[in-house]
Amino acid sequence: MVDFIAPVIVAQNLQKKFGELVAVEGISFTVEESEVFGFLGPNGAGKTTAMRMIQCVSPKDDGKLEVFGMDVNTHQKEIKKNIGVVPQENNLDPDFTVYENLFVYSRYFDIPKKESKERVNSLLEFVQLEEKKDVMTYMLSGGMKRRLILARALVNNPSLLILDEPTVGLDPQARHLLWEKIRGLKKQNVTIVLTTHYLEEAAYLCDRLVIMDYGKILVEGDPDNIVKKYIGSDVVEVDNTKPVISCLDKTDINYETLDSTVQIYTNEPKDISDRLMKECKFEKITVRSATLEDVFLKLTGRKLRE
Amino acid sequence: MSIMSYFKLPSLSYRVLKVWLRNKDVFMTTLKVNLLPPLLSPLLYLFAIGLGLGTYINNIEGVSYIEFIAPAMIAVSMMYASFFECTFGSYVRMYYQKTFDAIIATPLTIEEVITGEMLWGATRSTINATLVVIIVSIMGLAEYPHSLLIIPFSFVSGFLFACLGMCFTSISPNINTLTYPSILFITPMFLFSGTFFPLSLLPQILQYLAYAILPLTHIVMIIRSLTTGSLDIIMLGNFVWIAAASLILFVLSVNLMKKRLIV
Ligand SMILES: Nc1ncnc2c1ncn2[C@@H]1O[C@H](COP(=O)(O)OP(=O)(O)O)[C@@H](O)[C@H]1O
Ligand SMILES: [Mg+2]
Repeated sequence: MVDFIAPVIVAQNLQKKFGELVAVEGISFTVEESEVFGFLGPNGAGKTTAMRMIQCVSPKDDGKLEVFGMDVNTHQKEIKKNIGVVPQENNLDPDFTVYENLFVYSRYFDIPKKESKERVNSLLEFVQLEEKKDVMTYMLSGGMKRRLILARALVNNPSLLILDEPTVGLDPQARHLLWEKIRGLKKQNVTIVLTTHYLEEAAYLCDRLVIMDYGKILVEGDPDNIVKKYIGSDVVEVDNTKPVISCLDKTDINYETLDSTVQIYTNEPKDISDRLMKECKFEKITVRSATLEDVFLKLTGRKLRE
Repeated sequence: MSIMSYFKLPSLSYRVLKVWLRNKDVFMTTLKVNLLPPLLSPLLYLFAIGLGLGTYINNIEGVSYIEFIAPAMIAVSMMYASFFECTFGSYVRMYYQKTFDAIIATPLTIEEVITGEMLWGATRSTINATLVVIIVSIMGLAEYPHSLLIIPFSFVSGFLFACLGMCFTSISPNINTLTYPSILFITPMFLFSGTFFPLSLLPQILQYLAYAILPLTHIVMIIRSLTTGSLDIIMLGNFVWIAAASLILFVLSVNLMKKRLIV
């Protein structure tokens, strides 16, 4: 017999509607144990809606969704007991101090008082908020609030952690600090599902990810492979001018035009730039590595959302 | 959606107490600011109307005027404490503080959260009523041992007003619209439930109406019997009305809240 570890989340044709609007339209994915799985997508793509169904706080309309091998419709308490959640919107309890927030939250999970005190103290240390212990939460900076919510999500020692835009609105220092914490958790084999629209965040943290738009999954894979598959290794950029375009049209090179630049996705950047210099006499050519952002923009378009 | 979906029995566990505990913890840290306001108004009425206006009234249904309104003010203190806790208090926690959202990400269900809120509302009623009872007793306006029963009873009637308040909270589009039930329902109830004058002074039809739809009427009757020490079989009818109304409003409020919050 083969040893078989069941996936942590299995979703098949998962669907959610709000009236006429289909927020999540038949998505399927599987999250394996101990991996960091990302949902990348522009605002309104349906990421939060998907997270809320996994958390058992929003009922699905159709499809199958199992967490820890249990159905989200019938085993909500058992599932919620082992999940930690960092919601998109901060919802710390403004009636309590930093310490009390964690302590009161641990009570909802039936953690005995003594154990809870120890755990709260070690979590405060983990997110570097020991000094703010007795401060009311509305006095905290944005980054501290997010860290406290991360600590709160960990009070029940969850085996699955859901992070819905964990670093939204934070400055680079605060973001990097939080990233390190998340990497630390990954080392402890916590399964993590995270949503983001920061491409570097997804590339830096995720083992695998999906890109979502308008409620659907467009691609799935690990960040490097996705970039290789959809873009290539590099992007060659030249200024968008009439002569540039007419010269490019004479070649067999595929290109994308933006407002002020033309982009060529390629695996042979040296070849391309040599040809452009020779055949078109371009002077300004930029070559850079392809990123997830290129894939993202290619697949979801450049139109502004919301 | 059928009407029966508003009367589905909630499934609850001991976890409702965790929500109660949360509110109690907050209450204890803000005791000074929290306790006085809902307590003040029944006491002010007791002194201003009872002692002031009351000197012109010698006898009303066989007792002095202040003796007549003292039990009503105990009842009003219950109503204010629990109704406002589960309207403005719960609305702030639900909408502005996102407290319910945070709690339902744990093993608690929304049904348990709402029930815990209402049990806390009932507790507020007991706390306030106890204080008013003590003051009224010091003034010699309550018979013992009957009046001791007011304390457990205040939890029951507080629960009724908590459920009533929660129903309004569940359908209120914003916090300002909660002023309407306060002005259009609570204030008339405060005046016309046999509080300041006997119900028998009202036109017959309004008397029936008061018995039919004003919970405070039944609560005042019970407490008046207890403070004056004159028990009556009619109290049983009052109590049945209160219990039935509580049960219906309890189930209704939980279902209304579920419809509002589970999307
Ligand atoms: N409670 C709701 N009621 C109605 N529409 C909603 C609700 N929640 C989300 N939506 C809509 O569903 C779509 C997906 O939203 P969301 O999951 O929040 O996207 P994302 O998290 O990817 O930004 C959006 O169009 C949003 O307006
Ligand atoms: Mg979102």
